[in-house]
Amino acid sequence: MNIVVCVKQVPDTADVRIDPKTNTLVREGVPSILNPFDEFAIEEGLRIREKVGGRVTVISMGPPQAGEVLRTALAMGADEVELLSDRAFAGSDTLATSYVLSRGIEKIGNVDLVITGKQAIDGDTAQVGPGIAARLGFSQLTYVSRVEEVDPVKGTMVVERLLDGGRERVEAKLPALLTVVKGINIPRQPSILRIKKARTAVIPTRSAQDIGADPDLTGQKGSPTWVETIFSPEQKTKGEMITGDADEAAGRLFDVIHQSISL
Amino acid sequence: MGLKIISSKCVGCGLCIKACPFDALKLVDKKVVVLSSCTLCGLCVDKCKFEAIEKPDRETVKPEDFKDFRGVWVFVQVDDGTPHHVTLELIGEGKKLAEELGVGVSCMLLGNIIEPVAHELSRYDIERIYAVKSPELERYRTRAFVDAAIGLIREHRPEIVLIGATSTGRDFAGGLATVLRTGLTADCTDLAVEVETRSLLQTRPAFGGNIMATIKSSRNRPQMATVRPKVFAMPHPGTERDVEVVLSESTISGDGQPTKVLEWIPSREGVNLADANVIVSGGRGIGKPENFAVLKELADLLGGAVGASRATVDAGWIDYSHQVGQTGRTVRPSLYIACGISGAVQHLAGMKTSDVIIAINRDPDAPIFNVATYGYVGDVMDIVPRIIDKLKNR
Repeated sequence: MNIVVCVKQVPDTADVRIDPKTNTLVREGVPSILNPFDEFAIEEGLRIREKVGGRVTVISMGPPQAGEVLRTALAMGADEVELLSDRAFAGSDTLATSYVLSRGIEKIGNVDLVITGKQAIDGDTAQVGPGIAARLGFSQLTYVSRVEEVDPVKGTMVVERLLDGGRERVEAKLPALLTVVKGINIPRQPSILRIKKARTAVIPTRSAQDIGADPDLTGQKGSPTWVETIFSPEQKTKGEMITGDADEAAGRLFDVIHQSISL
Repeated sequence: MGLKIISSKCVGCGLCIKACPFDALKLVDKKVVVLSSCTLCGLCVDKCKFEAIEKPDRETVKPEDFKDFRGVWVFVQVDDGTPHHVTLELIGEGKKLAEELGVGVSCMLLGNIIEPVAHELSRYDIERIYAVKSPELERYRTRAFVDAAIGLIREHRPEIVLIGATSTGRDFAGGLATVLRTGLTADCTDLAVEVETRSLLQTRPAFGGNIMATIKSSRNRPQMATVRPKVFAMPHPGTERDVEVVLSESTISGDGQPTKVLEWIPSREGVNLADANVIVSGGRGIGKPENFAVLKELADLLGGAVGASRATVDAGWIDYSHQVGQTGRTVRPSLYIACGISGAVQHLAGMKTSDVIIAINRDPDAPIFNVATYGYVGDVMDIVPRIIDKLKNR
């Protein structure tokens, strides 16, 4: 199996704020991390490789420093990594991002399976995975919580998807694209030796030209959506603290529940 | 200023005509001309080998470039034979947007047996139902639904398409917008229109809810957005009436479908988190895994669902499907009762837009109290059983 995992470097969103004076994003000093869902995607790729054989290539689109997250992938056991990086990619929305990543995947060639996290925590759109599937014409399997079976000979796989209100077992033809949820596996802890080796590894970079991406379809030019304004969410007014002993408090909370949902 | 054909470069090969999803290009005297159904999606620009087509800059796109695109559409998500509540909420909100634009709101209905759903939809103030009927559309499957929707959108050209941000809706919208090469904004919490430009203003939280962004995608059509359930009010149903159903031929074949649903396993609890009106959520502060049973009892009495913090899920106290927060689910119930949850930013990102939040925690400095509408400092197991008693004896 030729497996590609798509990952993203994201700011640790808990620390992102708006500067009230300039009304711009404050990202300085905010640590960058591997998107949490993507770690499960890498792990699932490695597990499938271990079961049925093949290669795992982990790719990411981003500025040069985004290559750091690919070191985690190398340490975990990826065969290869690639950073798709070009000034022309800056400002890409989900449509342009899915274009760049699908160009990168086509350049790798003969890919059977693409895996990515269900969404990135900075944008929370969950749109890039389906976008890649649509562009490549792959079977689309989102919110996968279990890979039950992969049969490279028959060219099929069976997965379980975690949806609102239940789980769906689906059989799909390969090639396929999976987006995975937390809980599908427990990602491995790479050994110190592997981490050390990954730290000094050279991260190969691919430009728009390398992957044959049309610069008109990437970056702001290739993005149909744009951010018109940003603002801070409304701050809730300070709530009411309920005092008194447990019985009084329970009585007051009972009333509050009553009002809130009109029992 | 629409799409520009550089006639000195155009050789009339017709590759772009085949690529166009909207039949907006045709050959006149061996040169390509652009018709008014062009959405500026740019697929032809990509396909042209002679660089003979240029897409205009964003700034120069005028509303009149899209005069063939009219109307607001709502995708009908059908669960167990009835329209999902978010569909009805979007009909209500779509109607308001449509009125400002001087058009109507219509439904896009894809399924096998569509009549009962169409009757139900007729109780709301909709203009038309655009439908595709096929046995292949019996259950939601990405490829079949996206293909059917593309056919309808090409034929009838709505300017706005709204889709509920459920797991199904988001699976569907991502593929559909990509094939149409148009803009899609995920998980909106507010919508408005700018009438002069007929632009959809799409507001959504980003960076875990720390920031709100208003997004536009008005240089393409249709403008697409997924919208969170329970953000907009349910419209009041009227009586059933005759609504025009515009049925399109289905060209979907069973053989071409890449996925097959083998089984649907409903979650053991009757209510799911995304839909629940009330969520009773537990953190490490409830003491031990068994105490989730107490929260479940309260949730059942309130017709709600049980949520959980990441810490309890990671400790194996409860299944991941209950996790609320950044790496779990984002919820917005009428009432969220946080029991023994300290309120890490990642948890707050998943629940802080709930209408009313009750927080019970032993630590008076717990950050959960910063978002709580009502707070009580104390032991969960002291309070919750007493509330349960009061509910039982009411």
